[in-house]
Amino acid sequence: MGWFKRLKEGITTSTTDKKETPEGLWYKCPSCKKIHTAQDHHANKHVCLDCNYHERIGSKEYFEIIFDNNQFTELHENLVSGDPLEFEDTKKYTSRLTESIKKSGLKDALRSAYGKVNDQDLVVCCMDFGFIGGSMGSVVGEKIARSIDFCIKTKTPLLIISKSGGARMMEAAFSLMQMAKTSAKLSQLAQNKIPYISLLTDPTTGGVTASYAMLGDMNIAEPGSLIGFAGPRVVKETIGKDLPKGFQTAEFVLEHGFLDKIVPRTELKEKLGSLLKMLKN
Amino acid sequence: MVFLDFEKPVEELNKELEKLKEVASKSKVDLSKSVTELEEKIQDKIVELYSNLTPWQRVQVSRHPERPYTLAYIDHVSNKSFIELHGDRTVADDKAMVGGWGEIDGQTVMFIGQQKGINTKMRQIRRFGMANPEGYRKALRLMKMAEKFNKPIVTFIDTPGAYPGLEAEERGQGEAIAKNLLEMVQLKVPVICIIIGEGASGGALGIGIGDKVLMLENTWYSVISPESCSSILWRSWNFKERAAEALKLTAEDMSKHGLIDGIIKEPVGGAHRDPQATFETVKQEIKKHLNDLSKISAEERINQRIEKFGAMGVVHELD
Repeated sequence: MGWFKRLKEGITTSTTDKKETPEGLWYKCPSCKKIHTAQDHHANKHVCLDCNYHERIGSKEYFEIIFDNNQFTELHENLVSGDPLEFEDTKKYTSRLTESIKKSGLKDALRSAYGKVNDQDLVVCCMDFGFIGGSMGSVVGEKIARSIDFCIKTKTPLLIISKSGGARMMEAAFSLMQMAKTSAKLSQLAQNKIPYISLLTDPTTGGVTASYAMLGDMNIAEPGSLIGFAGPRVVKETIGKDLPKGFQTAEFVLEHGFLDKIVPRTELKEKLGSLLKMLKN
Repeated sequence: MVFLDFEKPVEELNKELEKLKEVASKSKVDLSKSVTELEEKIQDKIVELYSNLTPWQRVQVSRHPERPYTLAYIDHVSNKSFIELHGDRTVADDKAMVGGWGEIDGQTVMFIGQQKGINTKMRQIRRFGMANPEGYRKALRLMKMAEKFNKPIVTFIDTPGAYPGLEAEERGQGEAIAKNLLEMVQLKVPVICIIIGEGASGGALGIGIGDKVLMLENTWYSVISPESCSSILWRSWNFKERAAEALKLTAEDMSKHGLIDGIIKEPVGGAHRDPQATFETVKQEIKKHLNDLSKISAEERINQRIEKFGAMGVVHELD
């Protein structure tokens, strides 16, 4: 046992020993800094083979992980956001949208699709953090609402994968009302006794936590995800001292009784399949 | 009376008036005519100022320290019949959220609302109207009880947001609010929600799902306060006026965008200049809407609620 112990994870090389990692072929874990081939990393569902760090991924990757043979039909894919408030901060909201669409190749912060998971039907609504911080605006709300209508019509269970900083400020009260809208639709889904599984991933905060993310018949989460209502910085300012270790992690939220289970991404598909099968039998 | 910064001209006229009254009381000269004139002038000035408030000024009025809070409204509207009920039956009694039974001219109603403190000590105890999860759970408990006994619900919204504390996170602030949204949509009794001051974010919405959502004239309702919006989008606290404009958070804007169901007029110069008149207007509004809502079946009300909130949002479909 040495005299000194590293308290922070991931610092293993001194500056002189640092080497550049070539793009594309290799994946360097931002947590433990270990390197694996991109192929191995991809095969392990974008989870670090050494430290189990769950890389932040988007709807494309989740659909590939969840749906059998990556076969799915996308729903309402052509919805884009309006700008009812003609919002402008340092930038116009419309140009922010155009830029995000161009940069991310997405149309908004959520995609919806239906397909089969181990041979059972499932509708998946998956948020994309890459689109304005996965913020919830009118399109996110509308896609969830229409997907729920689809679930009710076809009696298909629903999975929503949350990954969001919360409400989209540029849509102000419209964004706030998406909380009401999605909850209203989820209450309809519940009345029809159709299962809803909520998967909370890193990060899930703000208005998303305070609406559909916490309303699953079963709430599951990926290990280590940040999950909370107020952001950690705000809580820290409120209490005026440092936050306890592990505060607002998935493990913390599980311990306090707001999650049913933490499911590693490598087991996600299998667990979803089992749950769907048990609910159907 | 506390004057807001934009009310400077009124404050000065008011000082003049007080001086004049003092002189009048000491001397034998009859100054009543000048006093009346000055009073009229003050009134005209208030009318002028208040006919053209900027969004930020409305935010200021909504936070005026003398503005009436929830319990004052309940006391008047229920003609002091209010019986407060406490506790969420699980963790604690949240003083930032109040609720209980009261009567409006013979009709029993469940009143619920965020409550701000009326002095320094109470402001702390009531956490400036920022409720903890147990506050939202108390509210839900009372709403479910109202549903059980088939009594309508009236909520008063006045909060800078849900409390962002450590314990609040431990006890599931997000879950508490989410649950309220889900349950309020399906309540079988009429629900009227009135924003009487600040309506900030999920903290406000947590008791804000109703058949009729109304805003008093000088209140605001949005996803975030103008100050926080300024700090996040402009990375500085100095853009609160611009943020207030950009957020379109006034009653007028909210009504224009179809996000609320109506605006309740305030006396000239704001609710705090004539609380009694404000209470009376609010009471009449509640009575009118309760009467209208009682004519619709529970099922129809729930469907209309889902339809109303379900239609909120502006999206385009690409070809």
